[in-house]
Amino acid sequence: MSANGVSATKTAPGWRATLRHAQYVATDNPVTLGAFVLFLLFVLLALCGPWIAPYDPLASDTAAALQGPSARHWFGTDALGRDMLSRIVVATRLDFGIALCAVFASFGIGAALGSIAGFYGGWADRLIGRCADTIMAFPLFVLAMGIVAALGNTVANIILATAIINLPFYVRVARTEVNVRRHAGFVEAARLTGNSEARILARHIFPNVLPPMMVQISLNMGWAILNAAGLSFIGLGVRPPQAEWGIMVAEGATHIISGEWWVALFPGAALMLAVFCFNLLGDGLRDIIDPRRRT
Amino acid sequence: MLKTIAQRLFGALPNVIGVVIVTFILTRALPGDPAAYFAGAAATPEAVEQVRRQLGLDKSLPHQFLLYVGDLARGNLGNSLSTGQPVLPEIATRLPASLELTLCGLVFAMIVAIPLGVLAATRPGSWIDHLCRLLATAGVSLPTFFTGLLLAYIFYYLLGIAPSPLGRLDVVFSAPPTVTGFYLIDSLFAGDLELFWACNMQLMLPAITLGLFVMAPIMRMTRAAMLGVLSSDFIRTARASGLSRTTVLYRYALRNALLPVVTTLGMVFSFLLGSNVLVEKVFAWPGIGSYVIEALVASDYAPVQGFVLTMALLYVLLNLAIDILYGVIDPRVGVDG
Repeated sequence: MSANGVSATKTAPGWRATLRHAQYVATDNPVTLGAFVLFLLFVLLALCGPWIAPYDPLASDTAAALQGPSARHWFGTDALGRDMLSRIVVATRLDFGIALCAVFASFGIGAALGSIAGFYGGWADRLIGRCADTIMAFPLFVLAMGIVAALGNTVANIILATAIINLPFYVRVARTEVNVRRHAGFVEAARLTGNSEARILARHIFPNVLPPMMVQISLNMGWAILNAAGLSFIGLGVRPPQAEWGIMVAEGATHIISGEWWVALFPGAALMLAVFCFNLLGDGLRDIIDPRRRT
Repeated sequence: MLKTIAQRLFGALPNVIGVVIVTFILTRALPGDPAAYFAGAAATPEAVEQVRRQLGLDKSLPHQFLLYVGDLARGNLGNSLSTGQPVLPEIATRLPASLELTLCGLVFAMIVAIPLGVLAATRPGSWIDHLCRLLATAGVSLPTFFTGLLLAYIFYYLLGIAPSPLGRLDVVFSAPPTVTGFYLIDSLFAGDLELFWACNMQLMLPAITLGLFVMAPIMRMTRAAMLGVLSSDFIRTARASGLSRTTVLYRYALRNALLPVVTTLGMVFSFLLGSNVLVEKVFAWPGIGSYVIEALVASDYAPVQGFVLTMALLYVLLNLAIDILYGVIDPRVGVDG
């Protein structure tokens, strides 16, 4: 957040204030703290997954196919005898990677377009607003399906589709936040001291827009993960045998009716936990940044 | 009144145009040469050239767009590659199944979420409030395809109280004569209560799956709106006049609080229509979602395009209906508001 960026340039008191703020945030809402711990755990899994996983996620062992959870295979094995725990752990990186790339792409493009629309107004505003409205005129998951189906069935296109459907939210937040600050005192002051318009937008207004954008990012991460997993569940994007939560649930779907619940349950639970974690984090952040919008 | 509706219809026009343009771009963005694609893998260069002329792909882009719009106006969404059948009739026969599922999911979500929202709003900050919030967040975090599988496992495999989660109707029954295409309503028309119950049981799990996912926004909006209304003057007056708690809460407060809830329905429908596809796959529901997934697996593009267009137009129409409904319920809201 911008507050951290500013305090980093200062000396000790700034750091202490940041720490105090972090402490306040953590103790104020234990749920947010829990979500943050969970988030760190997921990040750890995403970074070191391949080294933590007890087995090779792709190594099949048909002799041990469809075994329930046991001491050897904590989460059981799937129809090809692959260790579920290893597959779930390794899949974290792919799922988080897709969501992270998609969210940052929509953040970057959305913030730029929204800032331009909010700052300059006029035809740029109308054009950008109309494009955002057109995206929002689709049920978003359906649009993502259409994009991936048209552009081709690859992970890159899943990222692109997820980024496109999230774009309007960033554009709107950035536009509103920039627009209300367009004639603020500090902007007029910056203008009087001879800063160019583009510089005012980038260096003076934009840092103030970051906090609400952060909330949006956090809430969006969960939605992006759900979206990517949903697309691969219906057979778009990630392909087997690669480990990905959505595909693993799809693979387990055929077994759940005959009672092999672990093949679908554990990846589904991992997916749910990750999304839940991001949603709670986003809520917590929003309460801190903008308590009035708490619902 | 009529003027308001006309104005709103006019306001939805840019969205329809946008939707048509985007679906057009999506077809033309097909990787490689669309003509070669539609002609099939074994086609000769002459055949590809013929298909190109047939599809109008040798013309300029604006011209192609006009041809595309003309096809749409005549209700021609193209033919499916794998079955050779036109797309539109297939979507039309399958749409009622999807709509029935979506609407039942919505009704379930509202029946559960609105009372929860009221409950949370009457005790803000209490553990009930926090619990409701946590439950709603958990609901929106559940991947619908996963919830569906979980419910099928518990209620079909473990408890055995739900029918097998495959399709709209158990094989021992035959579908009611088509009047509306909604099995629940059609079976009532036919006067067959047993059939109605069977349809209901079959519909229950998928509808609950869908409903769980959209409960959160409805609950949160109800809570926020109720909090706002409960602190307003007319509620204080009603309380001071000695009206009972229930009367104040339901007859006075909730009726006003429901207005903002109607506006969130737009977002709710976006969620519903999207996750509908996933739920249909899980429960082998014969709606347009299953149809499009079959087409996706076969890389059959015309049904996918028809599906995206149908869903988008449906969504625009639903938003329009919500807008008009809102204007009817609350005459204070102008068209610009």
